[in-house]
Amino acid sequence: MSIFVDDDTRVVVQGITGGEGKFHAEQMIEYGTNVVAGAVPGKGGQEAAGVPVYDTVDEAVEAEDADASVIFVPPAFAADAIFEALDTDLDLAVAITEGIPTQDMAKVNKRLSETDTRLLGPNCPGIITPGEAKLGILPGNIFADGNVGLVSRSGTLTYQVVDNLTERGIGQTTAIGIGGDPIIGTSFIDALEAFEADAETDAVVMCGEIGGEDEEEAARFIGEHMDTPVAGFIAGRTAPPGKRMGHAGAIVSGSGTGTAESKIDALNDAGVPVGDTPEEVADHVESFL
Amino acid sequence: MKLHEYQAKSIFADAGIPVPDSRLATTVEKALDAVDEIGYPAAIKAQVHVGGRGKAGGIKIATDREEAEQYADEILGMDLKGYTVDRVLVEAGVDFVDELYVGVTMDRGEGEPVLMVSTEGGVDIEEVAEENPDAIAREHVDPAFGLHPYQARKVVYEAGVDADVALDVASILSTLYDLYEDSDASEIEVNPVMITSDRDVIAADAVMNVDEDALFRQPDLAEMAEESYEDDLERKAGEYGFDYVRLSGNVGIIGNGAGLVMTTLDLVDYYGGKPANFLDIGGGAKADRVANALDMVFSDENVDSVVFNIFGGITRGDEVAKGINEALGQFDEIPKKVVVRLAGTNAEEGMEILNTDLVEVEETLEDAVQRAVKNAEEVTQ
Repeated sequence: MSIFVDDDTRVVVQGITGGEGKFHAEQMIEYGTNVVAGAVPGKGGQEAAGVPVYDTVDEAVEAEDADASVIFVPPAFAADAIFEALDTDLDLAVAITEGIPTQDMAKVNKRLSETDTRLLGPNCPGIITPGEAKLGILPGNIFADGNVGLVSRSGTLTYQVVDNLTERGIGQTTAIGIGGDPIIGTSFIDALEAFEADAETDAVVMCGEIGGEDEEEAARFIGEHMDTPVAGFIAGRTAPPGKRMGHAGAIVSGSGTGTAESKIDALNDAGVPVGDTPEEVADHVESFL
Repeated sequence: MKLHEYQAKSIFADAGIPVPDSRLATTVEKALDAVDEIGYPAAIKAQVHVGGRGKAGGIKIATDREEAEQYADEILGMDLKGYTVDRVLVEAGVDFVDELYVGVTMDRGEGEPVLMVSTEGGVDIEEVAEENPDAIAREHVDPAFGLHPYQARKVVYEAGVDADVALDVASILSTLYDLYEDSDASEIEVNPVMITSDRDVIAADAVMNVDEDALFRQPDLAEMAEESYEDDLERKAGEYGFDYVRLSGNVGIIGNGAGLVMTTLDLVDYYGGKPANFLDIGGGAKADRVANALDMVFSDENVDSVVFNIFGGITRGDEVAKGINEALGQFDEIPKKVVVRLAGTNAEEGMEILNTDLVEVEETLEDAVQRAVKNAEEVTQ
């Protein structure tokens, strides 16, 4: 089993004729993902990565019966592309694009709340159900099919932790990168809730980082609503206050909120062991299984 | 991107928000000319991108020409939290009876802009927020609709602003919200808004930060951009286009992806070392970018050893290896030991071409970090 994507997911790639869009559409197809179409304004009627391209997402969905979209559209046009996906009533939209203006995302978020579509990202590596489907840019070869769910704000940290798990034979149900921006669609809590409801997921890893209070809220959710054991990791313990560490969200404010310490404390209070290293996270997961 | 007070105030003035009469000056002579035109008392305010200028001695009120000369001379050229003051704003002093705080920012938790008003203006608002959060009235704005004028009035009344100036303050707040939206600001603050004995309302300070991701559609603001680096290394990182933060340790760190680089820093600390920097080469880096990254850490004289941690997704291990070979091939003697850990996309291809005469190789993140920490210890012993 898995959450959000599986064998049946039919994917349209927005921006499939661009460099990244084409490369990763091919990678997704190679992984076995059911990519059925591309959508690029002005490129309707062409073919890219071996699938037909349509001018609009609507047309692509209509013609190919797609139910999910992956968005590889440059930041200036990315919010518009997400709106288009939302207006097509897809089940899932995955926005890979990094650098979308925050006020654009606030408007997207508002619209999102009025639809039934799930949005992942932006500025995320995507989602993978090993052996079934990969929507995004994650390196498929490090993942293995199994019974651990993973949700993370950071792409490369996801790869690192998955590597530590797979190395010792612990596979994954689904791994999700929710993105490092201040305003994102799917939250830790959304993913945790879905993993809790998934009968095949026996343990969950949650990778957070400094900045914001999403991890603290997720910790409260885990304490109150989850029976599935969760192991945690928080990046940025050594980050100085006031400095933006790469991710738009990864900044510790001067007043002490959003620190690694407050996140680790909140998780510990909720009964979640937090690894000092990715290897220790894998130790915790192993002890759950 | 931070704007200077004088830049923000000129934007405020153009939008119709009352601001004090002011002139920008880069020399003591020009500052005196400015005071002669404006009159006394006059505020002389350092224009640098740091908070708490007043407390740090960067803002002084001159009551006569002698004081004006003395303060301008003191402030121009002074070092303010690491930044040299090269210009001051000379501004007409406002005879006020009351001070307010107003601001607009993004509430990331709610995903909506929020208006904030407090009658406890003129002081450190972060302290107020922490010690007495109820002293700040808040109103969220639906980003799709924009601000309704009643919301500005509502939050001003809620904050307890005096009735005779409430509508004027609300009007300033409405204008600030429009500016916030039109200029893709991440934050606009006025602290304080001064109320004079004549019950005039004047924006006596101006903080405006603009979302860097939106500068592509804000050409006028992009032109105002003034990089403020704390040192030459940060300037170099800006030129190379790296996310870079200098830290106080001696283990140089290069990696891809913010989360993984932060994790590498944390592990250096965990294994008893001290990170010298955060350096994210970003996604999909080609060989030249990798070489630039090595140039960056080698330029930091505090660095005693380097760890290179790449987990390829978009980034390809063979490109990274090529960059490392190229950068290190230029040296007769490599200045600092470099430990490399390559994983993910094309890592095997990368390991095959990596010149292992130039670097040490470790397979896991943990081993790579421990080795780099040990290398640094050997240098300092």
